Amino acid sequence: MASGRNITVSETSRPKLPRHTRLKFDETRQVWVILAPERVLAPDEIAVEVLHLCDGVRSVAEMVDQLAAKYAAPREAISSDVIAMLQDLADKGFLTEARENAP
Amino acid sequence: MSPTLTDANQAVTDPADGLAALESRRSTAETYGIPLAVLAEVTHRCPLQCPYCSNPVELDRAGSELTTDEWKKVLSELAEIGVLQIHFSGGEPTARKDLVELVQHASDVGLYSNLITSAVLLTRERLAALGDAGLCHVQISFQGNEPVVADRVAGFKGHAKKLEVAKWTRELELPLTVNAVMHRQNLHQLSDIIQMAVDLDADRLEVANVQYYGWALKNRAALMPTLEQIEETSRIVEDAQARLKGVLAIDYVVPDYYALRPKKCMGGWGRQFFNISPAGKILPCHAAESITGLEFESVRSNHSIAWIWQNSEAFNRYRGTGWMPEPCKSCEFREVDFGGCRCQAFALTGDAGNTDPACTLSPHHDRIFKVASEEAAGDHNRFIYRNFAGGTPEPSDDGA
Repeated sequence: MASGRNITVSETSRPKLPRHTRLKFDETRQVWVILAPERVLAPDEIAVEVLHLCDGVRSVAEMVDQLAAKYAAPREAISSDVIAMLQDLADKGFLTEARENAP
Repeated sequence: MSPTLTDANQAVTDPADGLAALESRRSTAETYGIPLAVLAEVTHRCPLQCPYCSNPVELDRAGSELTTDEWKKVLSELAEIGVLQIHFSGGEPTARKDLVELVQHASDVGLYSNLITSAVLLTRERLAALGDAGLCHVQISFQGNEPVVADRVAGFKGHAKKLEVAKWTRELELPLTVNAVMHRQNLHQLSDIIQMAVDLDADRLEVANVQYYGWALKNRAALMPTLEQIEETSRIVEDAQARLKGVLAIDYVVPDYYALRPKKCMGGWGRQFFNISPAGKILPCHAAESITGLEFESVRSNHSIAWIWQNSEAFNRYRGTGWMPEPCKSCEFREVDFGGCRCQAFALTGDAGNTDPACTLSPHHDRIFKVASEEAAGDHNRFIYRNFAGGTPEPSDDGA
């Protein structure tokens, strides 16, 4: 099976968008879009914020900490929401994980 | 907070080219907003001669093709007016020597690019160069799962090369879609084609039954499946979709002759899609030039692409529901299928303003369905191959 497919997102994941999936601000329609093969997805504001944190370096746990602090919201709720959104994206094939660096 | 992803597009899978037209979240019905994706047919030249080719029977010659600079200007203009994705198609788009340059330009202006190719002209170096230029997705057509059937249908020995290019595509970490156009003479290979797509590590498979206009209409007697074949096909596809969930996404296009309702062709005429012909005409669909009496504007005219999309007579002729005759006019499905396909209505009834005869409510439906089912049961299997000479009959076994 291809690398990048069948990912299970957890707090230890360090996700990023694969090369063929682009997060872009659509100037004409004034919305953020995710461009993927045969697809255009419209992430909402918070999803966009999460996706901007997906740099392949940060772990999901770190993202959740950051968002929980910013929105003064319960950590567990944020964690499950973020993981659900990222898992949805991964299931569509539009999320990958940074390869573990060799020690 | 609860981050969500909304699917912005309502995919309209094109049977022959495997493209999806995309619609912005707000319906384009009133505003005719600029499509999210556009098909650029950069050439009609192609080494393959598939008898169901979606190009018009009257092909654009090499000399009439837009130049490199003209295509670049078109790509810039598309990006500027809000198009997000560009599908490079043909003919065989890699027959253009400047394809890498065009893909690079698409990337430079921020377009997401997709290549719809037969793959037979590609080298590994050129595919890598396309990837480096920012190509985002590769779709490779297959005519069967092995060379005997596939190369005969294509009129070209290319199956082995296609397999090779598909492997390079994945080695270069580009997403791969396998396009399989299905008809009476290759439907028996469908299960094997699905397995081939899995073995090639494709992300997506399009199983598209031939739609019958242009070249395919010329070849209908040799291509039309029987109703039994179609039922078997649907069974195989549905089984594979369930079995391969998360492994291979499968899109399926049924032949509309056997549907009760016509397809919502192109998502409705001039609603969410246009394509650009090799010579630069802006068309509501790739077959639209087959409708005589419609004038299509060119990017070489004084008009902008946005003006042509919004104002040209050809786009406005069949937009919405105002043009509709009965039985469409009072039909509860008129905004579901928009009367079906204008090109098919023209090809089969002589008037593009008629209800698509694929619809059971069309007064032409029974006659056409009867002819099709007789052809499906017949034994006329020789193709007329697609070429610039207007088509060449396949030689018979005895060489006649």
